[in-house]
Amino acid sequence: MTVRIYEGSGEPAGGGSMSRRSFLRTGTAAAGGITALAAALSPLRELTSDDIPSVESFVQKHYKEMTPKDMEAALARIRARVEKRCGVRPEIRDIRPLDGVEFVYALNLSRCIGCRKCVHACVAENNQSRSPEIQYIRVIEMPRGTLDVEQGNHHYDRPKVPDEGHFYLPVQCHQCANPPCVRVCPVEATWQEPDGITVIDYDWCIGCRYCEAACPYWARRFNFTQPRIPAGQINPNMSYLSNRPRGKGVMEKCHYCLHRTRTGRMPACLEVCPTGSRKFGNVLDPESEVSYILRTKRVFVLKEEAGTLPRFFYYFDERYPRGLDPEAIEIERRLRAEEGDAYGALPGADGPAPQRVAAARWDGGSVA
Amino acid sequence: MRTYLTFLYRCFRLSFVGDWRYYTWMFVLTAVSLLGLNAYCKQFVHGLVTTGMTDQVSWGLYIANFTFLVGMAAAAVMLVIPAYIYRNRELHHLVIFGELFAVSAIVMAMLFVTVDLGRPERFLHLLRRFNFPASMLTWDIIVLNGYLLLNLHICGYLIYCAYRGRRPGKLFYIPFVFVAMVWAITIHTVTAFLYSGLGSRPFWNSAVVAPRFLASAFSAGPAFLILTLQVLRRFTAYEVADRALMTLRGIVTVALAINMFLLGSEAFTEFYTDAAHGASAKYLFLGLHGRSALVPWIWVSIAMNLVAMTILFMPLSRRLALLNAACVLLIVGIWIEKGMGMIIPAFVPTPLGEIVEYTPTLNESLVSLGIWAFGLLLYTIMVRITVPVLAGRLRENGTAPAEEGVAHA
Repeated sequence: MTVRIYEGSGEPAGGGSMSRRSFLRTGTAAAGGITALAAALSPLRELTSDDIPSVESFVQKHYKEMTPKDMEAALARIRARVEKRCGVRPEIRDIRPLDGVEFVYALNLSRCIGCRKCVHACVAENNQSRSPEIQYIRVIEMPRGTLDVEQGNHHYDRPKVPDEGHFYLPVQCHQCANPPCVRVCPVEATWQEPDGITVIDYDWCIGCRYCEAACPYWARRFNFTQPRIPAGQINPNMSYLSNRPRGKGVMEKCHYCLHRTRTGRMPACLEVCPTGSRKFGNVLDPESEVSYILRTKRVFVLKEEAGTLPRFFYYFDERYPRGLDPEAIEIERRLRAEEGDAYGALPGADGPAPQRVAAARWDGGSVA
Repeated sequence: MRTYLTFLYRCFRLSFVGDWRYYTWMFVLTAVSLLGLNAYCKQFVHGLVTTGMTDQVSWGLYIANFTFLVGMAAAAVMLVIPAYIYRNRELHHLVIFGELFAVSAIVMAMLFVTVDLGRPERFLHLLRRFNFPASMLTWDIIVLNGYLLLNLHICGYLIYCAYRGRRPGKLFYIPFVFVAMVWAITIHTVTAFLYSGLGSRPFWNSAVVAPRFLASAFSAGPAFLILTLQVLRRFTAYEVADRALMTLRGIVTVALAINMFLLGSEAFTEFYTDAAHGASAKYLFLGLHGRSALVPWIWVSIAMNLVAMTILFMPLSRRLALLNAACVLLIVGIWIEKGMGMIIPAFVPTPLGEIVEYTPTLNESLVSLGIWAFGLLLYTIMVRITVPVLAGRLRENGTAPAEEGVAHA
């Protein structure tokens, strides 16, 4: 049996004139509908004036399109907002990159003891939300003999670090020269600056989190709710592209403390490190410490196969520059005596590959 | 212009006319939509903290539904191809219902992306700085909106012509039908590239993602249409031939078989090599380090798809009851496979090897249900208008020959 019901002309029954009953019925239905809609929308009453953007901030331009005047106005708005929200008048500027500078980080894994002081110094410096706490640096406790992060422990909790048998791998934004996060952003809210730092315009980000999915280093963080920072914990030294307080629903990440580093200071994570594992500087300056490290240490990057070309290097310290280590010289002398001409031959020729010596050294000899 | 506005007004009026079943159905859908709107308002106020998503699993139910619905929208093409290329007559007059479904599926998909945004009020930034062609998301925005416009044009034009009692001019819609045919493939391909283009997620970074998306879409979409067309012919005077349903059944069967084959190929590559990058697949199918939230889901999904495939391959499934059962099984099976099985495991473990599991919250589920209800509401209204117009009962000049209301039952 076919039940046919949905047919109709669209005209109310009875032609044009509406009966009293149908009028009442329509009226009741309409009133009910409006009440239900109002009830559904009622949570919006909890919106504070902070959540509703002013006209000026709504039409604020993208960072790269702002004139100096626009920027002054934007900074004034941010100052007022921070003062209202946190009770502190911030020193906020737009600090531009310096010519002839490309920042690079180098981290000595032989020295890092996994104390996480860098993690907390970063939070204090960069005005991250404290509740829920957002951290840019993740320290992974790694078993010796592997660089496979899936074997690491993110949540180690010991009375004392370092633990014998483990080494510690701190990871933060690698400021890649080929950043996948920048490529995927639909609105160009994130980009690479001339000094190599990938920044975010927090006032432009739409919060789609595509960059967070694209990052191979899990370096990006999202403000799932309005960030909260207790009064008195605000760092008033701010810049537009770095540590000014963020809003709800936008991304943030490590920016190599650009408000410090672009004015000649070191990043907060480096300053606090008790072991001196962290080295930072301008790779275009051949006299800089990082240039020296890149020249003399066996540095490597995480996930080289991802093709991201990180500006964050790791190394295991060898105490002496290559060729000056007495132990290595002794091994080399012995091998030359044993192998003669075969020593140091390229792959394909007979004899042990020389890099085996290095491999046995830097991981403490657990893997040969 | 005036005629067109009158047409729109009459369509609006028509969507409020029906019998008690229609009112009940619409009332329920409206109520669920409003529940979803209410849940979304809470999310808008408090942020995405109201969802189960974290920095570790940063996409969840919303993006899973989005992916599934893009596939459903693309599946409309599976009515168009037999009708326009193979000149299948039974399907020809049903194409419009597939396209209307594509419209509502695209609207739902867009709503799912919108509710996933942390700052939806900034969506206009897309018009001011558009990272095209670098970002696959911008490609997706273009193809989805293009597909929506194409389908709106085709359906709107055909319906309006019927209303005016004119023959549709071939030049005004046939080229668009063929463009939409190719376009349908692109929407799901681009959506797949959105994921497979990410080198940081080995689980997605596979060439088989796009073919798998298409295969699963071309089986779930037509399966949904098989069910819808039967509802249509049960409740309206519209003729839907059994042979049309059987054509769709053939498409569903083949597409499902291809989908299962691709799933098997993927699983083989992940498990036989046993490489480190197979961790997400291990987490999905077997569990990883004692965490196994997705394991029951994926096996239920595979079981549903296998049962559906077995039924479909048997001649017995020409019986509509069995065919419908198979369709329901495979729609649910593919929904799980694409949501729980495709989006979430790519985030577990994180690129730094941390394992954090994801469970949607109640609020997030309500928002999702609300969007589904709203999409079905939209589809019901569009079908409600289309049927009498195409049947010639709603015309420009005066009312229909007869008031066919409940009385006709």
